[in-house]
Amino acid sequence: MSSSHPAVAITGISGPLGRSLAKLLHGRERIVGIDRRPFPGRPKDLDVHQVDIRKRKAEDLFRKGKIKALIHLGIVHDPRMSAEEHHQFNVIGTAKALEYCARHGVKKLVVLSSANVYGPHPNNTNFLTEDAPLMGAARFGEIRDLVEVDILAQSFIWKHPEVETVILRPVHVVGPGISNAASRYLRLRRPWVLMGFDPMIQLIHMEDTCKAVALALGSRARGVYNVVGAGQVPLSAALKELGRRPIGVPHFAARGLLDRLFKLRLSDFPPGELDFIQFLCTIDGRRFEEELGWKPSVGLRQTIRAVEPDGVLMPRTRGGLGRIRSDR
Amino acid sequence: MHFMRAELGQLVKGGLRRLTFRLGGEEVSQRLEALTSSQPNHQSNEFGVDPFGMDLDYTLAAMGPLFWLYKHYFRVRTYGLGRMPRGRVLLVSNHSGQLPLDGAMIGISLLIEADPPRPVRSMVEKWVPTLPYVSMFMARCGQVVGTPQNCIRLLENEEAILVFPEGTRGVNKLFSQRYQLAPFGQGFMRLALETNTPIVPIAVIGAEEQAPALLDVKPLARLLKMPSMPITPTLLPIPLPVRYHIHFGAPMRFTGRHDDDDSELTGKVNEVRAVIQSMIHEGLRQRKNVFW
Repeated sequence: MSSSHPAVAITGISGPLGRSLAKLLHGRERIVGIDRRPFPGRPKDLDVHQVDIRKRKAEDLFRKGKIKALIHLGIVHDPRMSAEEHHQFNVIGTAKALEYCARHGVKKLVVLSSANVYGPHPNNTNFLTEDAPLMGAARFGEIRDLVEVDILAQSFIWKHPEVETVILRPVHVVGPGISNAASRYLRLRRPWVLMGFDPMIQLIHMEDTCKAVALALGSRARGVYNVVGAGQVPLSAALKELGRRPIGVPHFAARGLLDRLFKLRLSDFPPGELDFIQFLCTIDGRRFEEELGWKPSVGLRQTIRAVEPDGVLMPRTRGGLGRIRSDR
Repeated sequence: MHFMRAELGQLVKGGLRRLTFRLGGEEVSQRLEALTSSQPNHQSNEFGVDPFGMDLDYTLAAMGPLFWLYKHYFRVRTYGLGRMPRGRVLLVSNHSGQLPLDGAMIGISLLIEADPPRPVRSMVEKWVPTLPYVSMFMARCGQVVGTPQNCIRLLENEEAILVFPEGTRGVNKLFSQRYQLAPFGQGFMRLALETNTPIVPIAVIGAEEQAPALLDVKPLARLLKMPSMPITPTLLPIPLPVRYHIHFGAPMRFTGRHDDDDSELTGKVNEVRAVIQSMIHEGLRQRKNVFW
């Protein structure tokens, strides 16, 4: 596609999700990729810039690149990154990305937030809708920046009605190479479970997530949408499907224990994650289905199995001991 | 070790399921089998659970011991089950007995005596999900946290929902207050109006005498963070072998705005409450003895 054709910019393109999305849109759209990380095995005709979204050079891409749309995936979830750097990158990075959109005539913006912003809670209704309060950081302060990213994008909807902004809140994304907390947990051979608790969980396949982003990109929709994959299962059923042998831990002891292990760097799961295996954080995806005609294409069983690294050998994490960097 | 535990679990589940079928007899078993294999409203996925996590197979196993109580301990009699409308319905009942066995007995009666069997969903308190094992058990048996959104979603899916508008005020009432309905919450009426759902009033006779509470030790309740701490002659509220009579009333239909002021709803709520209270009086009149 000629460089005069208006492009779709994608932040965080070098992560597994970004790469999968680039593959999906490649040939359909001119893509301008933005990521701090290199993009190994980049196709020759894919335009990727190794820059930090917060830097001037990133804005230059918007200034001269004729960018019609931005897909903002560049949000890190690394429990081992310093809280300040995490916050800086996610919140300032998002604020900058939004600023570039407003300043350089970007017409469409898709921000990939997450259903985790609602937060697991015993009082939660089984299917949280888009208007539910974002309580994710109430008991799990480390993810405050993810809630802030969502809120920044929400206020952008009101401040800049000229930009068609869509915020997607997908459930836990799983797929080969994805290393968010849910995927890392489901990859453990002997994961912890909290004795007597077995909440329903929702997963979405990486490829379905990309399709949802593409659907939002191609529509005239604006606003916030929950995105659900093939459905929900009890946590125990997902672990059984993967052949895991869970270790039951009493809930009253688990938090303190995990806190110690995390501080000793024996586990990469901050204690706040425990709520996700104790309480519900499941969402209602009907709005996206009804207004945009969303339908996931990967079945439930296949989605669960997608946490297993596909062909490529990943370092097996045992008993919560493994360390994997987790840019989405 | 792990596999042994899993096998043991399967064994217990299988045994309890057989208990349910044995207690039910051939006809009931056939109906229950048909329910688990094909139920029009039931949206079980390939893992055997519906979107709320209800597992019919698990439910049939879990109900085994309760079914035994139903048949041999409380020797439940039901009246007016034929009046149950098809499709969405709100079952509104009096609540008593310190332990919510009245809910379990109503649920079982609709599974084994109604044709076709109707799995009943009931709404649990918001602290239930914080209880280990109980939370899991409740969810697999189809009990969901009582949020209006959950209720609406289930009714739109044409399910039967059981509510106790007396709430914990009912379940923990003292012996001296038996068969006197506590004030009703109004939530059920808003839901009925919003989803255009008929209400079936239910009067449970017997449960109010199963565990006579003599006094409520409020300071102890506060200490244990429980809604109340009733003291029964047996200390723990072990139910006496009273006979249960469950009366199903004629469906009541209401029209109006669901977002009206409470004062507008009060009249409608009191109408339902008055019907249940009169069904209770009638049921007590018909009853010869508490125990048989």
